[in-house]
Amino acid sequence: MTPAVSDVKTLQIDGIDVSAQADQTILDAAREKGLSIPTLCHLDGLGDVGACRLCLVEIKGTSKLLPACVTRVEEGMEVTTQSERLLKYRRMTLELLFAERNHVCSVCVANGHCDLQVLGQAHGLTHVQFPYRYPKLPMDASHDRFVVDHNRCVLCTRCVRVCDEVEGAHTWDVMSRGIGSMVITDLHQPWGESDTCTSCGKCVQVCPTGALFEKGKARLVAKSRDFLPYLAMMREGK
Amino acid sequence: MTPEQLEQIASEETAARARNPRRLSVCMAAGCISSNSDAVKKALERAVAGGPLKDACPVTGVGCMGLCSRGPLVSTEPAGVLYQNVTPEDAGEIVGAVSGPAVERLQCSRELPFFKRQVGVVLENSGQINPERIEDYLAAKGYAALVQALTEMRPAEVIEQVSRSGLRGRGGAGYPTGLKWSTVAKARAETRYVICNADEGDPGAFMDRSVLESDPQRVLEGMIIAGYAVGASRGYIYVRAEYPLAIARLNTAIRQAKHLGLLGSQIGNTEFAFDIELRLGAGAFVCGEETALIASIEGGRGTPRPRPPYPAQAGLFGAPTLINNVETFANIPPIIRNGGDWYAAMGTQRSKGTKVFALTGKINCTGLIEVPMGMSLREIIFEVGGGVPEGRKFKAVQTGGPSGGCIPEQFLDMPVDYDSLAQAGSIMGSGGMIVMDDSSCMVDVAKYFMEFCMSESCGKCIPCRAGTAQMYDLLAKICEGRAALDDLAMLEDLCDMVKNTSLCGLGQSAPNPVLSTLRYFRDEYLAHIQEKKCPAGVCACGMKQEAGS
Repeated sequence: MTPAVSDVKTLQIDGIDVSAQADQTILDAAREKGLSIPTLCHLDGLGDVGACRLCLVEIKGTSKLLPACVTRVEEGMEVTTQSERLLKYRRMTLELLFAERNHVCSVCVANGHCDLQVLGQAHGLTHVQFPYRYPKLPMDASHDRFVVDHNRCVLCTRCVRVCDEVEGAHTWDVMSRGIGSMVITDLHQPWGESDTCTSCGKCVQVCPTGALFEKGKARLVAKSRDFLPYLAMMREGK
Repeated sequence: MTPEQLEQIASEETAARARNPRRLSVCMAAGCISSNSDAVKKALERAVAGGPLKDACPVTGVGCMGLCSRGPLVSTEPAGVLYQNVTPEDAGEIVGAVSGPAVERLQCSRELPFFKRQVGVVLENSGQINPERIEDYLAAKGYAALVQALTEMRPAEVIEQVSRSGLRGRGGAGYPTGLKWSTVAKARAETRYVICNADEGDPGAFMDRSVLESDPQRVLEGMIIAGYAVGASRGYIYVRAEYPLAIARLNTAIRQAKHLGLLGSQIGNTEFAFDIELRLGAGAFVCGEETALIASIEGGRGTPRPRPPYPAQAGLFGAPTLINNVETFANIPPIIRNGGDWYAAMGTQRSKGTKVFALTGKINCTGLIEVPMGMSLREIIFEVGGGVPEGRKFKAVQTGGPSGGCIPEQFLDMPVDYDSLAQAGSIMGSGGMIVMDDSSCMVDVAKYFMEFCMSESCGKCIPCRAGTAQMYDLLAKICEGRAALDDLAMLEDLCDMVKNTSLCGLGQSAPNPVLSTLRYFRDEYLAHIQEKKCPAGVCACGMKQEAGS
């Protein structure tokens, strides 16, 4: 017998008593209570993949760190979202991202509207200890309206998921593996030649950085993501 | 087919053998084939056909006989002589000696510790039966366990025997098999699946390949029993495409099992139905991780997902899924046949039974062995394995592949089981053992494994994708004599971070080769950094710097 959806669990997050429904994640419960846990690959309205590891939290009784975005609440759980260890790992994760490709804010279209930038600032990142890798990656401006700059991509796969789950086109996917991974359109043909792309622009709106942007704008305006939870809500008929 | 009919096939096969005991068996597993055993087999066939033994001495291809470094191997019956390093030119002499004294120049003693110290459970038929004939398997008590389970035992009793046996997952992590089976059996669902993980990918590991090439029916039988025990009617074998011979033999085995009604509906004339399908891996190491493997079977990109939920709760197509390794399934038939207590009588307190190891590297007897759990590393390497060649000094043994670590000399007397290997900073892993002598540089070894993890990372989570690349660069820097002590500190920081924050087992264990070599061979790292010198003389330390300055 699966527990009824209305089952309510009580738990502690950072010492604060919180109640949550059994199907809620730690991240849901924390944010409802106004507690912040950093996230990058998570976006309200999209399926979670637990990939960026920024939302890892400590749970009493478990030696493993667990991602808050996919871990369901349990009765009596004691969650720590901010500890010296977690903060150190989060900073290192961000530094690894900054060093992985080219994230120079001053010459980026997303400057001022970038999730990675905000996360860096929030974690007091003044420098990056790891050597920058500066891979030589292409840009694809073959689409009429949009551009993908792989040098700015953090491989959060928000574009892949919004295109698959919300737009239903599945134009985007990931190619190759490891440090050589890259998001691609269709079977790696130029975006402008994609048979499946509907030019809806959702991928551009959900992209956390300047990897996906609209042509003809030197500075990106704030991305609009409100449509996502709304669509998800309407679909599920909640 | 009824159990009686199966028994009849087995007894006919045994009777035929008894009528004509003469027989030449040639190893036709990948190791010996690569040293030309198929030509040896053809030459033996010609020699038999052209001599007095025509039609009286069948030449059979059998599975792995273990001592791969002395292949091609040929054994004769009824004398039971084993010949090593056989060439096609030796065929006439060997055939001539079938009923007489053995050819001494080619003889390989069966009294070697390599053979004497082994205990055959998983490999009991390996090198004995023709893997392409189900009749051979039936004659070797094959499918007796399945018939016994289907006709005499309830599913819960099967699981009880597996639990009693103390068998732990042979894929590497050592999760109790009985517990996993009962979790899947108890999950509330209409559909359940059984998956056999045959995506063996650790460098230097070839246990699963040998089992599949030498005795594929055994794995099928284990899976069918598992299907009965957990209430599944469909199974998948996920085998890497780099094992063409194993795939061909599995296909043959599945076809023959279907033909005899051991797969399909009404198995052994009971209500139980079970089917097995092969799925081929496309070359990604990470697909050996269970959730990535499941994603790959489902047709998606082979990337892992966070657990929980574990596959036992929600696995393939969302259904409760039992996923075990080849060797785990291969242990099941003898456990059911002889009872869990029989199996539990072997091994140590917390690691029961036997384990198959692939011995490679700087060791005299390269090959496949099966020994009871708890045998010491010294016995495995120096007795069974025959020690380090050319009088060189043993330095370390690498177990567990890229997820494992290097164990130095001071642990040689440690009994090999899941817990003691973990204490020494390595893991049991799937059973690869790479022996290294003093000509190996441990930093270079760590770099090799890190390169492997870097190129096999799926790229999904940041710590593994970017962390392994940074760690590899740091190791390369150390090897080249360009590193400072700060780099070593950064490497250790990254090891800790990648280990604790990565999404799946690949990333979580990727730092292990570095951590274990740092723990036991820190002086080698320091020599590279401070003295710009590679003590083993492997790395081109300082060369670049000198050229640059």
